[in-house]
Amino acid sequence: MDAIGLNNVLAIGAVLFVCGVICMTTKRNGIGVLMGVELVLNGANLNFVAFARYSSMGLDGHVISLFVIVLAAAEAAVALAIALNFYNNHLTIDVDRGDELRG
Amino acid sequence: MTIDQYLFALFALLTCGGAISVVICQNVVRMAFSLIISLASISALFFLLSADFVGATQLMVYVGGTIVLLIFGVMLTSSSALLQIRTSPAEGFLAAGIGVLFLSVFSFTVWSVDWDRNQAKLAGVTAVDVPPQGYNEASSGNTVRPLAMSFVGLRPDKAGKAPGYLLPFEIVSVHLLVVLIGAAYLARTKRRVSAES
Repeated sequence: MDAIGLNNVLAIGAVLFVCGVICMTTKRNGIGVLMGVELVLNGANLNFVAFARYSSMGLDGHVISLFVIVLAAAEAAVALAIALNFYNNHLTIDVDRGDELRG
Repeated sequence: MTIDQYLFALFALLTCGGAISVVICQNVVRMAFSLIISLASISALFFLLSADFVGATQLMVYVGGTIVLLIFGVMLTSSSALLQIRTSPAEGFLAAGIGVLFLSVFSFTVWSVDWDRNQAKLAGVTAVDVPPQGYNEASSGNTVRPLAMSFVGLRPDKAGKAPGYLLPFEIVSVHLLVVLIGAAYLARTKRRVSAES
């Protein structure tokens, strides 16, 4: 039961979340922003599975993490289509160039 | 230390190293490779936490599907080989400082909670103290059947007292259909409209 420990897994989830947030905010490549989103979702998934293992959450944590995986795949598909459209219109993937809607 | 702890330390290092190198690398192809390492190590952590079906799904959907999709995106959107769009160093230092602060807040919060006492209090309030059966070492690798039954609305592990997941399952399947159509609509090549027509 205490071979791994809940706190260690939660710490890894925190590292993944922070890396994903930094990746989302600092990358200027649109695909890099998508990779940051994937890292954040995986950190949340790791927390769900850890609580499924070490608390009475049980099966619910596994089910929620499966839903998160499926929705992340769907999000990646749609965001990639948007990135391709962005590239077709701007001939670059730099997200700083997409500022035509600036007020 | 047992073999579990050695494996956990190895895959934890690989996960965190991959995630940090995704942040540090400027080349987008190297970022994708680091992301593959990180996500595969996360699936190994799922197996170590005796979530075998979630780990297998992570390997198939993320490492086999989503990453391939991202790499296709890299290939279709890079105008030159080895595309690099650099961020300024000041932004990098600012982001690193904010990240360290963020991480210290999370770590302090995680380590200051007494989870066992929390669990005992929760069991006292809700009067439902269900041990996590099927997710410990004694019967690890036994999650596929309860997961499948919960997706069709049955919960034998909680004696029928908890709701199943039939409605969210249907909603997610319709959502996947909508996403399929929407992605195909967004990514299709537009027919160029000439001026005279």
